[in-house]
Amino acid sequence: MMHAQLEVILVAVATSIACAVAGVFLVLRRMALMSDAISHAILLGIVIGFLIGGDLSSPLLIIGAALIGVVTAGLTETIKRTGLVKEDAAIGLVFPLLFSIGVILISRLSGDVHLDTDSVLLGEIAFAPFRRLQIAGLDFGPKSLAVMIAILLMNAAFIITFFKELKLSTFDPSLAAALGFAPWLIQYLLMGIVSLTAVGAFDAVGSILVVALMIAPPAGAYLLTDRLSAMIWIAAAVGALSAIGGYWIADLLDVSIAGSMAAACGAIFLLIYLFAPQSGLFSARRRRTRQRLEYAVGMLLIHLRNHENQPEADYERSPAHLENHFRWEPVFARKVVKRAADLGLIEDQTEKLSLTPNGRHAAGELITR
Amino acid sequence: MVALGSSLLGLVSGLLGSFAFLRRQSLLGDAVSHAALPGIALAYLLTRDKSPLILLIGAAMAGWLASYLVTHIASHSRVKYDAALGLVLSVFFGIGLMVLSFLQKQPDSGQAGLDRFLFGQASAMSADDITTISIIGGLSVIALLLLWKEIKIFIFDEGFAGVIGYSANKIDKILTSLIVVAVVVGLQIAGVVLMSAMLVAPAAAARQWTNGLKPMVLLAGFLGMLSGLAGSTVSGLVPRLPTGPAIVICLSFAVAVSLLFAPGRGLVWNLFARWRNRQSLRRETILIDLLEMARGHDSIEHGHSLAVLKLMYPEIRGLRGLLADLEKEGYVVKKGSSEWALTPAGAEKAAAFAERIEAKQ
Repeated sequence: MMHAQLEVILVAVATSIACAVAGVFLVLRRMALMSDAISHAILLGIVIGFLIGGDLSSPLLIIGAALIGVVTAGLTETIKRTGLVKEDAAIGLVFPLLFSIGVILISRLSGDVHLDTDSVLLGEIAFAPFRRLQIAGLDFGPKSLAVMIAILLMNAAFIITFFKELKLSTFDPSLAAALGFAPWLIQYLLMGIVSLTAVGAFDAVGSILVVALMIAPPAGAYLLTDRLSAMIWIAAAVGALSAIGGYWIADLLDVSIAGSMAAACGAIFLLIYLFAPQSGLFSARRRRTRQRLEYAVGMLLIHLRNHENQPEADYERSPAHLENHFRWEPVFARKVVKRAADLGLIEDQTEKLSLTPNGRHAAGELITR
Repeated sequence: MVALGSSLLGLVSGLLGSFAFLRRQSLLGDAVSHAALPGIALAYLLTRDKSPLILLIGAAMAGWLASYLVTHIASHSRVKYDAALGLVLSVFFGIGLMVLSFLQKQPDSGQAGLDRFLFGQASAMSADDITTISIIGGLSVIALLLLWKEIKIFIFDEGFAGVIGYSANKIDKILTSLIVVAVVVGLQIAGVVLMSAMLVAPAAAARQWTNGLKPMVLLAGFLGMLSGLAGSTVSGLVPRLPTGPAIVICLSFAVAVSLLFAPGRGLVWNLFARWRNRQSLRRETILIDLLEMARGHDSIEHGHSLAVLKLMYPEIRGLRGLLADLEKEGYVVKKGSSEWALTPAGAEKAAAFAERIEAKQ
């Protein structure tokens, strides 16, 4: 049993890393919802592949699904290009249609085929260890593990080979076009990669959770770094962490593994969203508070300097006056004075604030800046 | 029964979807419909009650929370709207699956039927469902009518709406709530994927035919209703044709026709308009050139052979037909076997064209 659990975890990790690295480019290109569209539309590709190949394990299923993924992207692009509807609507028009055709085909066939909508939408990773890959009588582990590792390697090879092209066409498509990089080619290659990844992953986690694995880890990584290569690594790590965490939660509560993997993705994203050092919600709030305080300290220094050696200086430099002068709350005023004193910029001599040499210098710099 | 319910649902979602479409939030319905799942499952887990009202309230609350989160993430971080939407949609759905699978393992296994909310089951529509749709649809229409002016300004110029004192935030919340309610009601009939089509497609089709908000909303409602009716009728006639997908096919057909043939915007319409423009330009060119050439001769009605004209306009195919048309209108006349010349009326027309061109220059 231990062995089977380990295999499920390995499949989950391979799936989420493969999804995460492909998803990085979707998130950066503002095409995140193409993962939603493609993961639904590949149902049609799988059905067509099945009709031609006549077998649920036929490689035609994967080819069909990948082709439909590219068709989805192409149709969406074509409809958007007409300028008659916006991109979001174009996506919303294309994938329900393809999905519906798939559903209709399935229900026309049902009875003699074991292929139902539920299994495509939901997937069941827990069954992964039962389908083995056997070559010449030797057991090479679960089939889906082999498939996902192959897809992961393919994605890695794609990103390494076309890193420069991907980077340029993602961040500056016009420059990429001007330099002759054929952004559309990269675009369709990327769509093909996303489709293949989605096909491989849907078997394990179902189509909707493919979306979670493709979007959440890159979105989290996006909040943590400005570098593309770092973002890919972080996304992969977040994906792997969600897979392991998700499996652990599922095991603990005895619930759907795929569902808790998606929930773990969401939980990790939430943590990053709240606590990321640069762009997290809390650190942004802290930064705003600090900036406000620092600005106030500057105001105080300038104020003290303006009135230094003037007849009214004694009145102007009493802390009580600051509340009136700057319309600061008493608590805030005390904080500002304390901060300035801590920084060694002013001296608080019983109700009389005076600049230290450092403070005078700082005020001078602020004025002349 | 099914046809009535489907067309009512189509009507309501067409009306409300128009606003999401115009605000470029077409996929909000998609997000809300996926996000409703944990709401339904949790509502059942907490109350152990499967009455539609409680489940609908759970779904609506989850859908509302999801749309709030999408907006919050998109406006408070560098993560864009599309990624925020996909993230919330899939994570909520995952949580829903978790709860659902937890319920499945409970001994009483009373969750049966909850997944009806996931995939939709139009054929299982009851009179109660129709009553629910009618009440909710009616309420949404009343809300739309009451807030029509505010919503209109908000959609087309959010900043202006704020300046003249409407609370953009409030209108945004009302619109979102209306969409959430429509999605949640439609979910159990159309299913997750098809519900998003029900919101987007009628609006996308209606938009092509008109530039006015009122006609667009009405037309979207009508198209939604028609597709609902057509889809459910067809699926009733053909065995093993599920209703939801049939409705989506009808909707997509309406969209395709609109994108191609709508006057003023449609693709075919535009092609035709371009062709007509080019033809009238060519007619002008031929008349003016004939006049210019004839001026070098004794009479304004001096003829020129077709071979010469063909050499002059190598890009015009169907030159003979064009000349024949002009002859029918009395501007040119055929002289001999293959010579063409202006008539006095044609010369006058050509001079007028030439004058107009010079005036423009």
